[in-house]
Amino acid sequence: MTSVGAVAVDLRRSTPRLLAGTDSPHWGPSVFTSDDLGKTWSDSEGGAIRFPASTEAALAAVWQLQPGLESEPDVVWAGVEPAALFRSTDGGATYSLVEGLWNHPHRETWMPGGGGQCLHTVVLQPDDPARVMVGISTGGVYRTADGGATWAPSNSGIEARFYPDIHPEYGQCVHRIARHPDRPDQLFLQNHGGVYRSDDGGTTWIDIAPGLPGDFGFPVVVHPHRPGTVYLFPQVADANRVPPEGRPAVYRSTDAGDTWERLDGGLPSAGAWGLTVLRDAMGTDAGDPAGVYFGTRTGEVYVALDGEDHWNLVARHLPDVLSVRAATVA
Amino acid sequence: MTVSVRLPAPLRPVAGGRGVLEVEVDGSADVAALLDRLAESHPALERRLRDEQGRLRPHVNVFVGPDNIRDLAQLGTTVPDGAEVTVLPAVSGGSASPGVS
Repeated sequence: MTSVGAVAVDLRRSTPRLLAGTDSPHWGPSVFTSDDLGKTWSDSEGGAIRFPASTEAALAAVWQLQPGLESEPDVVWAGVEPAALFRSTDGGATYSLVEGLWNHPHRETWMPGGGGQCLHTVVLQPDDPARVMVGISTGGVYRTADGGATWAPSNSGIEARFYPDIHPEYGQCVHRIARHPDRPDQLFLQNHGGVYRSDDGGTTWIDIAPGLPGDFGFPVVVHPHRPGTVYLFPQVADANRVPPEGRPAVYRSTDAGDTWERLDGGLPSAGAWGLTVLRDAMGTDAGDPAGVYFGTRTGEVYVALDGEDHWNLVARHLPDVLSVRAATVA
Repeated sequence: MTVSVRLPAPLRPVAGGRGVLEVEVDGSADVAALLDRLAESHPALERRLRDEQGRLRPHVNVFVGPDNIRDLAQLGTTVPDGAEVTVLPAVSGGSASPGVS
């Protein structure tokens, strides 16, 4: 069946636009958009994302759709498999390959992770559209300061436990990176083994996993109004991708990862070995109180509002939930 | 010559709702040339059969008459005058393939 690996809600437009990256096992990947909140969808006749002939590559899947900055209302970024970054300047209808990253000499060394060899995370710099950070599995963190012409790895301190030297310059299996727009130098990163924070825009990373029941996982999100408040969904380890003790929980830090608290109210208290969360399946809304949402591999969607610290089941019996976004629309 | 291309139901929305397309091709065309014509007339259909580098998608089967082109000359398989070409989803492609890690 067709999977939807990436969704976005673009609120910069006069009418909110939904974007969805789909993958049919028969008919291949597409990017659809909807300007009527999902009643009808359309995709570009010739295909929204196409690798140029010179690359000899073909789009395998869309891993993230990221609306650009407010100052660039028609820009949408797409992270894809094979690992590449695409940029749209027409609101997400068609995209162009960011060739500076595709032509990076490191690219040939980037290996596929368990889900394929993909660029899954695009992090924007709120005050500077020329500065972009991406996460690649594997490859690690790369940054550009010149709008994508040149890129440099930015993995200092992030472990790659699958290499003899666990601190290579690049090659890490980063799973997700998050930043609050009001504190642009601070970043949070869930790694394939390890949880990290950077306080210098990604130049160096420090371990913030102490206090967690496991340092493997996929999503990381930052509270929409409180920059130092961050949420994770820990698993035991890469070879044991289950909630610790079969008791799933979100872990929240309100001090940028120095300490963690367990939030499991409303979640199964035993035996929920399959209830885990993928990297794009956790999100927040911008409401007050704010909501934190996550979807599970067992097909549930939960939400908790600020102050209640209780997970409310809002959907169940879905297929594997790959992507979750929440937004307030008028 | 004209070649009839039969389409499965999931592809009809990108073929103007039709289950059979009559496609004009040069004599002695092969399947690649037939799909090139479809790329001009029905790009949203063609890109569901081939990737952007012109490779047949792995779980799409194309038959010339009764024969799967994978058992013949792949996209180089000749399409004889009057042939019926059938596009079908492969039974192997039915499972979801979510990226997970």
